[in-house]
Amino acid sequence: MTELLNWVDLGPVDNIPLQGARTYQTETDRIAVFRTVDGEVFALVDRCPHKDGPLAQGIVHGHFVTCPLHNMVFSLETGEAQGAEDGCARKVESRIVDGKVRIGLTSSQMGAINAG
Amino acid sequence: MTKIPASKDPALLQGRRPRLVVIGNGMAGMRTVEELLTRAPGKYDITVFGAEPRVNYNRIMLSPLLSGEKNFDDIVINGQDWYEENGITLQSGDPVVDIDRANKTVTAESGLAVSYDRLLLATGSMPIVIPIAGKDLPGVVTFRDVDDVDVMLKAAESGGRAVVIGGGLLGLEAAVGLQARGMKVTVLHLAGHVMERQLDASAGYLLQQELGRRGIEVITEADTREITGDEHVTGVWLKDGRHLDASLVVMAVGIRPNGWLADRAGLSVERGIVVDDFMTTSDPAVKAVGECVQHRGQCYGLVAPLFEMAKSCADHLAELESDGYPGSVTSTKLKVTGVDVFSAGDFSGGDEVEEIVFRDAGRGIYKRIVLEEGRIKGAVLYGDTADGAWYFQMLKDATDVGELRDTLAFGQAFAGGSVGNPRDAVAALPDDAEICGCNGICKGTIVAAINEQGLSSLDDVRAHTKASASCGSCSGLVENLLAVTLGGEFEADAAKPICPCTDHDHDTVRRLIKAQGLKSMAAVMQALEWKTADGCHSCRPALNYYLLAAWPGDYVDHGASRFINERVHANIQKDGTYSVVPRMWGGLTNPKELRALADVADKFDIPTMKVTGGQRIDLLGVKKEDLPAVWADLNAAGMVSGHAYGKSLRTVKTCVGQEWCRFGTQMSMSMGVELEQMTWGSWMPHKFKMAVSGCPRNCAEATIKDFGVIATEGGWDLHVGGNGGMHVRATELLCKVKTREEVKEYCCAFIQLYREEARYLERTAPWIERVGLKHVQERVVDDADNRAALYVRFLKSQETSQRDPWAERVKESVDAHEFSFLQAAE
Repeated sequence: MTELLNWVDLGPVDNIPLQGARTYQTETDRIAVFRTVDGEVFALVDRCPHKDGPLAQGIVHGHFVTCPLHNMVFSLETGEAQGAEDGCARKVESRIVDGKVRIGLTSSQMGAINAG
Repeated sequence: MTKIPASKDPALLQGRRPRLVVIGNGMAGMRTVEELLTRAPGKYDITVFGAEPRVNYNRIMLSPLLSGEKNFDDIVINGQDWYEENGITLQSGDPVVDIDRANKTVTAESGLAVSYDRLLLATGSMPIVIPIAGKDLPGVVTFRDVDDVDVMLKAAESGGRAVVIGGGLLGLEAAVGLQARGMKVTVLHLAGHVMERQLDASAGYLLQQELGRRGIEVITEADTREITGDEHVTGVWLKDGRHLDASLVVMAVGIRPNGWLADRAGLSVERGIVVDDFMTTSDPAVKAVGECVQHRGQCYGLVAPLFEMAKSCADHLAELESDGYPGSVTSTKLKVTGVDVFSAGDFSGGDEVEEIVFRDAGRGIYKRIVLEEGRIKGAVLYGDTADGAWYFQMLKDATDVGELRDTLAFGQAFAGGSVGNPRDAVAALPDDAEICGCNGICKGTIVAAINEQGLSSLDDVRAHTKASASCGSCSGLVENLLAVTLGGEFEADAAKPICPCTDHDHDTVRRLIKAQGLKSMAAVMQALEWKTADGCHSCRPALNYYLLAAWPGDYVDHGASRFINERVHANIQKDGTYSVVPRMWGGLTNPKELRALADVADKFDIPTMKVTGGQRIDLLGVKKEDLPAVWADLNAAGMVSGHAYGKSLRTVKTCVGQEWCRFGTQMSMSMGVELEQMTWGSWMPHKFKMAVSGCPRNCAEATIKDFGVIATEGGWDLHVGGNGGMHVRATELLCKVKTREEVKEYCCAFIQLYREEARYLERTAPWIERVGLKHVQERVVDDADNRAALYVRFLKSQETSQRDPWAERVKESVDAHEFSFLQAAE
């Protein structure tokens, strides 16, 4: 089942530092938006599945981020924990359109106000 | 074969040991003495005169000394104890000025006269100084001894441009070393391409390209007219009218044999001191070895022939039968990290010879082998020199390579039909293949030593055979030999790589950053062949630290390679909020600061306030977006960041000391405040804590700190290497000092040594356990010059690092993106 996504424009891609991340607060979730060394943009819900670590605060390397609390490494492409660890951070769809970052949120992520 | 006549030494007739006087304390002279001691220990009373005020060191390691890959201790061949153990009298810093052959006496500058029965001249060579105006100005140096290196290092401290005159082996090594030390370097070379005596034009071109990529400018066909300057060198005029600014000029245009002393004594001297195959001069009582001699019309400036001469001379002095020294065929390597250049024999070409040339432009590889009548006459290799030893062996043996001709350029692995495994290649070498060119050690000798003496490490092999003990470029070959000989028992003592992104260990990376002048994260990853696009959370913070330590004030800190705590200058907590710890100098505070803290806690709903183990107040539970406002209020009350989150100086804990305590012997609070104000803001491999106790009751618990100070009746005890943590370790006593000024100087020197030598994330305790307290004491306590230099380097780096990161983020909006959310566009 494919849920219909609401594409939210988060402004110029340059607002996010290379090898870094920023966050976007929705009614229900905080979304971490990452920009990797090759200029690509990825988004995950800003909580690691291990102890709710704020992934946006981690070190970004390749297409991975290392959680700042306990150094678990997650794929930015899938949200999957790497190595021997289990768990998956929630992936959020993202794309760059005309130099601007857009993320695709479900109605429930948009929260009560927008979902209405 | 020549038989030595039985000794007619007057000494023996008189019933005493004959006296051997050696003039020259360098590599050739001392190698002769070493060889003599193994052949005939105790045969002579030996006195050595050295012009330099030092023990015997490895002159071919001056380049790594300059670039910072080695320090002086690393390049000492024989220390003071060696002279003492062997009963050798060393007169260093006292050059001989006269030889009286009639009375068999030498006289030194100090007036000291010593009689000899045998005299050995090992006076080496003198750097050539071109006779142009300005050659004697301060700031113009040659590259010949440790004093020259000291001058260059001092010049490099203030940056600026260095001009190196001479693009030969020595000149290029000087250029690369100075560039590694942060100078802008231009090389002036008279010929059409660099290293023209060792390389043909093609290889010279590739080398010049490589130097250019490293930021070293090379001007060929550059004829120097004049060196300019009044009190100090300011630049160089070329004959074509160009002028180059320079704060340092290095003349490295060549060397000439130093034969003036011999000449004055009436010995036969042409280009060098003339010797026969037994290294005997025109006076049978006088021998000569090394760069000062001329043998069969040849003078040598490389180490391998000197060592061969030393053997032959020692045989003769020990009165053993020998064939004498037949002369040497030499090969050359450039000792610049990451540049592989090899040449041997005659590669000048011509009608009589055939040439095999192999070029791989993509990989930057060039090989040229010159053949004459089916035998190798010369070889030049650039970019891939792995087969240098193989070609050189066939050249010396005059091997008929007719059958190999078609595949010769592809090297030994291909010619031998085996795959390119370096161990197989070593295994395939014949026993008489030379492994260590400097010392002339063959494979068979090394294998025999490994088997017979049970050697199991590179150091063992060095100690027992001298193989790889000089320039070290054959270390890899020796390790492969160990592996082949010992089979599964041998494991190269390869240190652990930093992380899976690289095969290099911490120490290697650190060394190469300096040696190759790598100044950015990207440069390090590119040059050292990182396997990932941009590293990982393990290697990036380490590289960031090493770059910062190597180029303080120059390298720009890479925020994205810092852990979040150091990026936002607060401690992340389990719920994603942060804790904030302002500095309280020496643990002291006052009503104004306490009020500010209370107000901040009220204003931002900070749930927890806690006194830390280091006597500071921690505000826990601050939201990330509130951090700048919290800092602004604390800054307004005069408080700055306590770096409680950083790999840096954390706290200086104190007791109340003589200021209040009835037992206190010294003022510990003010000492703590001074130490903290001097060292705050400094970056470290790991967190660093200090404490000052006012008396030996040690209420500040200084004996579990990285640097602990305990006041005594007469002064201060300085302790190092303690920590709490999982493995509690008490400090060891570094030394005792008398004054407050000394406490501060030793403290900074210790920190600086730790910063320069420890691996990232290694606290002082494991570091000291690894290198030994003695190592630290030798550098910080025993060597006052080194301590002063460390102290200066620490203070220098503090000039740029002692800034409050909170104020920068509040007032200058540094990293503003960290503290605000992304907003959706309308």
